[in-house]
Amino acid sequence: MTQRLWSAAGQGADLLIRGARVVDPQTGVDDQRDVLIADGRVAKVARKIAAAKGIRVVDGGERIVLPGFVDLHAHFRVPGREDEEDLETASAAAAAGGYVAAFGMANTDPVVDTASVLRSLAERAAAQATIPLGFWASVTRKLAGEQLSEMWELADAGAVGFSDDGRPLPTALLARRALQYAKVSGRPVAVHGQDDSLTADGVMHEGAVSARLGLAGMPAIAESLDVARAVEIAVYEGARLHVCHVSTPETLDHIRRGRGAGAALTCEVTPHHLTLTDETVTSLDPNFKMNPPLRPESYRRALVEGLADGTIDCVATDHAPHARHEKEVPFEAAAFGTIGLETAFAVVHDVCVLGGDLSLAIVAERMSQAPARIAGVEVPAIRAGALANLCLVDPQRTWTVDRATLQSRSDNSAWYGRTLTGKVVLTVAAGRLAWEDLG
Amino acid sequence: MAKRDLLSMDDLTRDDVELLLDTADSFLPILHRDIKKVPTLRGRTIINLFYESSTRTLASFELAGKRLSADVMNVKASGSSVDKGESLKDTTLTLSAYAPDIIVIRHPQAGAGGLVSRYTDASVINAGDGKHQHPSQCLLDLFTVRQTIGRELDGKSVFIVGDVLHSRVARSDIVGFQLMGMDVTLVAPPTLIPRDVESLGVRVTHDLADLGQADIVYLLRMQLERQQPGANFIPSLREYAALYGMTRERLRTGQKVMHPGPINRGIEISAAVADDPDTLIEQQVESGLAVRMAILYRTIVGMDEGEDEEDEE
Repeated sequence: MTQRLWSAAGQGADLLIRGARVVDPQTGVDDQRDVLIADGRVAKVARKIAAAKGIRVVDGGERIVLPGFVDLHAHFRVPGREDEEDLETASAAAAAGGYVAAFGMANTDPVVDTASVLRSLAERAAAQATIPLGFWASVTRKLAGEQLSEMWELADAGAVGFSDDGRPLPTALLARRALQYAKVSGRPVAVHGQDDSLTADGVMHEGAVSARLGLAGMPAIAESLDVARAVEIAVYEGARLHVCHVSTPETLDHIRRGRGAGAALTCEVTPHHLTLTDETVTSLDPNFKMNPPLRPESYRRALVEGLADGTIDCVATDHAPHARHEKEVPFEAAAFGTIGLETAFAVVHDVCVLGGDLSLAIVAERMSQAPARIAGVEVPAIRAGALANLCLVDPQRTWTVDRATLQSRSDNSAWYGRTLTGKVVLTVAAGRLAWEDLG
Repeated sequence: MAKRDLLSMDDLTRDDVELLLDTADSFLPILHRDIKKVPTLRGRTIINLFYESSTRTLASFELAGKRLSADVMNVKASGSSVDKGESLKDTTLTLSAYAPDIIVIRHPQAGAGGLVSRYTDASVINAGDGKHQHPSQCLLDLFTVRQTIGRELDGKSVFIVGDVLHSRVARSDIVGFQLMGMDVTLVAPPTLIPRDVESLGVRVTHDLADLGQADIVYLLRMQLERQQPGANFIPSLREYAALYGMTRERLRTGQKVMHPGPINRGIEISAAVADDPDTLIEQQVESGLAVRMAILYRTIVGMDEGEDEEDEE
């Protein structure tokens, strides 16, 4: 299999995590275990492991060991906007969020539309990244929506898949050609569902809040119509389609219908769509300006339920760093997006797990193992012999999201100033101790 | 007696094909004589009506007619009344007034041969109609294959590689190769494979992993004129060449390579393969002449196997 992840070489961790609750849907374990990591591999998982002399012991206590998270959808801003993020800061932010792999979208400058751009990213990741990073390549050259990228060569260079994320595929013909041709590469096409003709100048969800605020709306149907088209084409072509950041119940209906017709469909939802609503926009704080926009509470509930029942395969952050000068402007002038790598687990835990809607096993599956399968990378598992890809979370720790302590180079967080319960306190990614904040 | 047309490979039985190829065999020695002409079709008139540019097919039909001593007239769409907007029907009626025995037609649209046939008493030979059929190409391909790997073709494997979607050659060859008992595999990106083509009994793959199974590797021309911006059949010629371009490294010793021409060196075929002795492109051209002589001859004298056709009239 072609390599799809790259990170800097590091010392394999030696660590005994004692007495934590291990939750791993892959092995079916949800119980207290000792986890011994030796030279970066899980050496043993057992009820009681004697500490070898000199080995570092981390007290599990009330903490939980989860398979490390995998983010299918981040923006590393490399190349081109290193003022907002780079592979070092992105991987540090990901490590702080419990991630053991993350994939960057192709809407960079230059666009990741040739194997040479992709290879140079891989080289930089191999030099700078503290957790393994991978890369999407664009569907079309320069994201122009006109000519297909050289998908086979890009896949050969290690692209995880193809996406013009940030932009829809403008015509049914192009979507069809992309889905047909991507078969040659054996990689999925990921679509950003949006009918541009309906969103024009929209800056938030079209509904009661936009009516009150006088902001141009982005109707929910702009997403669901475009997704419906992509799903129908995927069904017709028997192609592998991944739908980015779903945000409406109708989108989920289309995905269910497409699966019913036999299509190999996957989809993701962001932490912000699972935990925030368009009511937040009442503040006119640009950190709540996203695309797709935050939706009403009924939508949010449908997304949480969709994640719980498996309609939605995974959580993906859509981590979107922006320079301050792109967010410290009036709402309508601001860039879309929030950072999310460092807060993903915490907000999902705080709102959805503590709220009783999601179990930790579901969180582990949807944040770690399902996205790993979609990406075609080794599925993190807390099993003897596996490469150590795990995180330790403290479900009781409360913390306040603070600009000063975030690892990301940008600080446009929708949760800035918010106090959350649940925190990633240690991450071992690809065998390497990548993050610790044991407090 | 009903006139005999050759519009599609679907019109022929395996026996018909064998007879045409045997007839071509018997013409082959003529092509190597000092005097390369026989009187067989003396006094017969053949019109080559060509609505598309063509080098080898037109030259081959013209020369085939002349080798058989027929009077051959070429009518090309450009510089003719077709330029003035005359319909295919009217052109057919006009030319039929000369009482030709055969009209050979090449046209950019499917079914043109059948249309011509409805308005003329001449026999009609389809020399390529749109993306539909090109039976004389298929017969010369079969002739070449038979010459190269023998008469026993049952179970032999042919891989047709390239733009099947736009190829009349592929549509004829699929029928022809299968008629002779061969297994046909199509290789191209999904964008260049017609939907549901498996219904024709072929296997479809998108890579050359199984190429080693092929006895014959049949390359199709990448139709550069169709690779317009936004068409997106392929991302680039470069990637097409990397994925499907035939190189020596991809071929097993002894595998025979065919191509209907004209070839694009460096795209579907490397220069080394094009110039390799195991490549049959030049033989296909020579076969083309003998096979088209056989087609013209059998169209006029009939499909009876006896050699006494001279007495038939």
